[in-house]
Amino acid sequence: MTSLPTTPPEKKLGLVIDLDICVGCHACAVNCKEWNTGGEAGPLTDKDPYGADPEGVWFNRVHTYEAGSGADSRTVYFPRSCLHCEEPACVTVCPSGASYKRDTDGIVLVNYDTCIGCKLCSWACPYGAREYDQAEGVMKKCTLCVDRIYDEEIEEGRRVPACVSTCPAGARHFGDLGDPGSDVSKLVAGRGGYELMPELGYKPVNRYLPPRARKTEAGAANDAGPGQGAELSGFLAWVDRTLSR
Amino acid sequence: MATDVKTTTCYMCACRCGIKVHLDGNKVRYIEGNKDHPINKGVLCAKGSAGIMHHNSPARLTGPLKRVGPRGSGEFEEISWDEALETATTWLSNIRARDPRRLAFFTGRDQSQAMTGYWASQFGTPNFAAHGGFCSVNMAAAGLYSIGGSFWEFGEPDWEKTRYFLMFGVAEDHDSNPIKAGLGKLKTGGRAKFVSVNPVRTGYSAIADEWVGIKPGTDGLFVLALIHELMRTRKIDLDYLVRYTNAHWLVSLDEDSPEHGLFIRDGLGNPLAWDNARGLTVGAHLPSINPALAGEFELPGGARVAPVLHLMAQRYLAAENAPDAVADKCGVPAGTIRRIAAELAQAAFSQEITLDIPWTDWVGRKHSKTTGRPVAMHAMRGISAHANGFQTCRALHVLQMLLGSIDCPGGSLYKAPFPKPVPPGPKPVGKPSQVNPDTPMPGMPLGFPQEPKDLLVEADGSPARLDKAFSWEYPLAAHGMMHMVIRNAWAGDPYPIDTLFMYMANMGWNSSMNTGETIAMLTDKNEETGDYKIPHIIYSDAFYSETVAYADLILPDTTYLERWDVVSMLDRPISSADGPADAIRQPVVKPDRNVLPFQDVLIDLGARLGLPAFTNSDGGAKFPGGYADYIVNHERAPGIGSLAGWRGASGTEQGRGAVNPKQLDAYIENGCFWRHELPPEHRYYRHANGGYLRYAFDMGWIAHTGQITLQLYCEPLQRFRLAANGHGPVQPPDEHRGRVATYFDPLPFWFPPFDDGGSDGDGDDLPLHAITQRPMAMYHSWGSQNAWLRQIHGQNRLFINSATAAKLGLVDDDWVWIENGRGRVKGQIKCMEGCNPDTVWTWNAIGKRRGAWNLDEDAPEATKGFLLNHLIADILTPKGESKGRGYSNSDPITGQAAWFDLKVRIVKALPEEVGEAMPQFDPLPVRDVLDPPPTRLGGVIAR
Repeated sequence: MTSLPTTPPEKKLGLVIDLDICVGCHACAVNCKEWNTGGEAGPLTDKDPYGADPEGVWFNRVHTYEAGSGADSRTVYFPRSCLHCEEPACVTVCPSGASYKRDTDGIVLVNYDTCIGCKLCSWACPYGAREYDQAEGVMKKCTLCVDRIYDEEIEEGRRVPACVSTCPAGARHFGDLGDPGSDVSKLVAGRGGYELMPELGYKPVNRYLPPRARKTEAGAANDAGPGQGAELSGFLAWVDRTLSR
Repeated sequence: MATDVKTTTCYMCACRCGIKVHLDGNKVRYIEGNKDHPINKGVLCAKGSAGIMHHNSPARLTGPLKRVGPRGSGEFEEISWDEALETATTWLSNIRARDPRRLAFFTGRDQSQAMTGYWASQFGTPNFAAHGGFCSVNMAAAGLYSIGGSFWEFGEPDWEKTRYFLMFGVAEDHDSNPIKAGLGKLKTGGRAKFVSVNPVRTGYSAIADEWVGIKPGTDGLFVLALIHELMRTRKIDLDYLVRYTNAHWLVSLDEDSPEHGLFIRDGLGNPLAWDNARGLTVGAHLPSINPALAGEFELPGGARVAPVLHLMAQRYLAAENAPDAVADKCGVPAGTIRRIAAELAQAAFSQEITLDIPWTDWVGRKHSKTTGRPVAMHAMRGISAHANGFQTCRALHVLQMLLGSIDCPGGSLYKAPFPKPVPPGPKPVGKPSQVNPDTPMPGMPLGFPQEPKDLLVEADGSPARLDKAFSWEYPLAAHGMMHMVIRNAWAGDPYPIDTLFMYMANMGWNSSMNTGETIAMLTDKNEETGDYKIPHIIYSDAFYSETVAYADLILPDTTYLERWDVVSMLDRPISSADGPADAIRQPVVKPDRNVLPFQDVLIDLGARLGLPAFTNSDGGAKFPGGYADYIVNHERAPGIGSLAGWRGASGTEQGRGAVNPKQLDAYIENGCFWRHELPPEHRYYRHANGGYLRYAFDMGWIAHTGQITLQLYCEPLQRFRLAANGHGPVQPPDEHRGRVATYFDPLPFWFPPFDDGGSDGDGDDLPLHAITQRPMAMYHSWGSQNAWLRQIHGQNRLFINSATAAKLGLVDDDWVWIENGRGRVKGQIKCMEGCNPDTVWTWNAIGKRRGAWNLDEDAPEATKGFLLNHLIADILTPKGESKGRGYSNSDPITGQAAWFDLKVRIVKALPEEVGEAMPQFDPLPVRDVLDPPPTRLGGVIAR
């Protein structure tokens, strides 16, 4: 069993995902795979990539749901990746010490050299965030692009996880959710951002912003007023005025 | 890891984003968006990010191939490039010397049409087009014949300032990232309402404030009802109409006159308006007149006339266009239509925007502020892929004009080099007199006819082009009709050809209607001679697609990371509303196979064939440096070339300027694009903005600086209708008169789509509309063979409204037959709430033929994926007037393929039928010419 840091991490780095504008395009998932398969957390192995059952390691997957039925229903796209919990069961359950939570920034990582591939962590994670690499025999997961966000060779504005830098709709945000003054914390506060399944007690760091209320009835009634209507003569009389080019 | 980073332009769809490619030697390690690029500003979609797997695909062709077995057998022999090019040169030079029309050159999803079209013209064949005829020509043509611009490539919504955004049926690969970024901005700003009109609620529609799940093909009715409502409630911008449109132009009402329905003009050809105060006509184009918009008038000599808006009111205020009359047909409640009309009016007229931007109009009048009606619109495939798409798209533009929202703050904005005159200048070239042996044609094959004499027809009115574009059957087929080429070549209708030369379109599979018969046409032989009915087929593609097996000579293309390319102001550049922009691709890696960029090959062939523009006076190659050489050194007119940036000997000029030998270096230095930001006073009302028009003239985009008047009433259509009614010297064959007279209405109207699905009755046996859309993560068959993307969408389902499924006794995962009078396709269903109840749909181009693309034969794309193409007619059931030969299943005006007019029924498959999609074809034995695909990918690529 593996211990968590004894004192809370200095930062709580995480993602804020805006479900109001996610259009389900999978850009985040694919750019994540592309960055990470060639990065320090890679490879993200693909088994049978051109065959009957292609199946690979992805740190981020986008799910499509419909909520409700009939006229009240809506389509929701839901990107899912590690939530970097404050009390991650995937870490405490790890028998080898391979899974750990960093005491500096709170990122949950796996040390591939000591992972024995027992998969206990994937059973312990209620969010399905862990990805077992069958070819390599180790468990893998979202690293918040730890090999990118601190890389000083990357220009400062791009030192964010690949999924955030690539999101075309601007639906993904990254920052310190432990700092109430950070942009992401303010965004969460302003939009009613929520954590997934708080009742389980793992205290996820990532937040989701709920869809905004739809603007359904913005228009006033368009009943024709006095002198209006579908009669041609009335319209032509209205048009018959002095207009200047 | 990466040792180098190079910029170039993505080609994973049609969006053309700027990318940064991280390299380790000659290996691609990572591709990301270029944050400085005007299109994507640093973001990149799933397709773009999967470019690395596209580039490393095991389906890549590895060298030139000569067919040695029968067509379709996949038996090839690898040959040298010399042999390949000599073979092509022999075939093509014989054709050119005899009858250049016998080359049909169709270039698919080509982004280099300024060059390929020029090559065709130099060769001397009129039979050239790319894929626009089966993509979105309805949108381009309707826009260019109405407002001198269009949605997507020639325009964009003002995402930041709009207060109401109305979107109709959008194909994801057209402006992919800008739309996502724009919607994100619009919704985050929180001030605008976003309404999506689409039979299916996915993607963009999923985040709309309001989803209107309309029945396919009825958008025109919906839009005309909005127009009816705006007129009924007097919510139209009369000041905008008289200033910027032809609302006041006088139209002849004398039905027997050869001028009926045409504008009344003065001796100089200027249109006239009615001056109420003086009771006489006045030049309609003049500033400061007070023209009448209503009333019928009699001219000296007795001619009866009325202004355009008068005619529009007569039509659109009629009861047939009222919301109550169209609600059932659209599947949209009348109250919803009325409310949306009210919301449009509220946004346009109660939320007017005023910017402190002074500007000067075309006659020099200064305006201290710029005002706008903040209603923006966007529309694409869901409008265009219907036989009524041209008129529907025209209706949309009329709606925009009535609201006064074209090119104003918050409205729909132009992108340079647009606006252009309505319609734009060049006419199609390829009349019989313009096609001669060993001689270039005197212009480009594609263009914009304005009257019957511009058609490309023989003396008897029959088509001069193989695809019948610009004939009486499809007069305004501005993008050609690639979807008709194989059938017509096979049938020898209107004449036989010798060589079909195609590029980058999977016509042996998902890019054709009626796929099964199309494949049969490719292999069909003349019984007497034993020769193929289409004697020679040359195909260039980077991949082993389903079409490759049917070609005789394969010219393998590179991937987009291995070549030069130009995204040119002469073609379809990457401008945005705030300024013109163009771009290049540079080769960031060297090919590791015996392949050559298609454009290099074409330029080489041009020299071998002795085409004047590709040959020096001594007979040598004019562009020995291939496409890169051409991009820099070709001048279309003096000082005007492929690229607008860094022209002139010192590289300081824009638009016009001498050739700059270091131009490509300058582009690379700048991230492979050029962009000019327009000053604020040139960003709005560009159709009437004197400063902007002068700038556009100086750049060579327009031929004069006069006002570009927006055309509510489309006079060119009336000229064709007059001919159909017997007027004028150029007359249609009798069998086409009724069709032209009916559909060439100068004011938009709605008509039911043509395709009856082969119904054996009145259509009741085919109760469901069937449409397709492309997943956001894929672009055509190239995307669906991608090792990563196929993990996201490896099998397409038939999506059906849950309540409709319940009525049919169907549940998720059931296998069903999708049937109509043309055949049956089997697939697996998925129920959903967000689907019009009378509509089923599926993802396009995922279904594959076994063995193609170097996928395993048991790949789900082949075993469970299916295409609806098998049920879509390419030819309509002949009706009386066409003498037994059916028209193409296309728009009668533009020839746009009507993919979305499909009607079907659904029948549950029997228990013994479940588990495999149908129809199935013999597997393609691709492995003979390709390496076996890897069984595992790790790292960036581990083969």
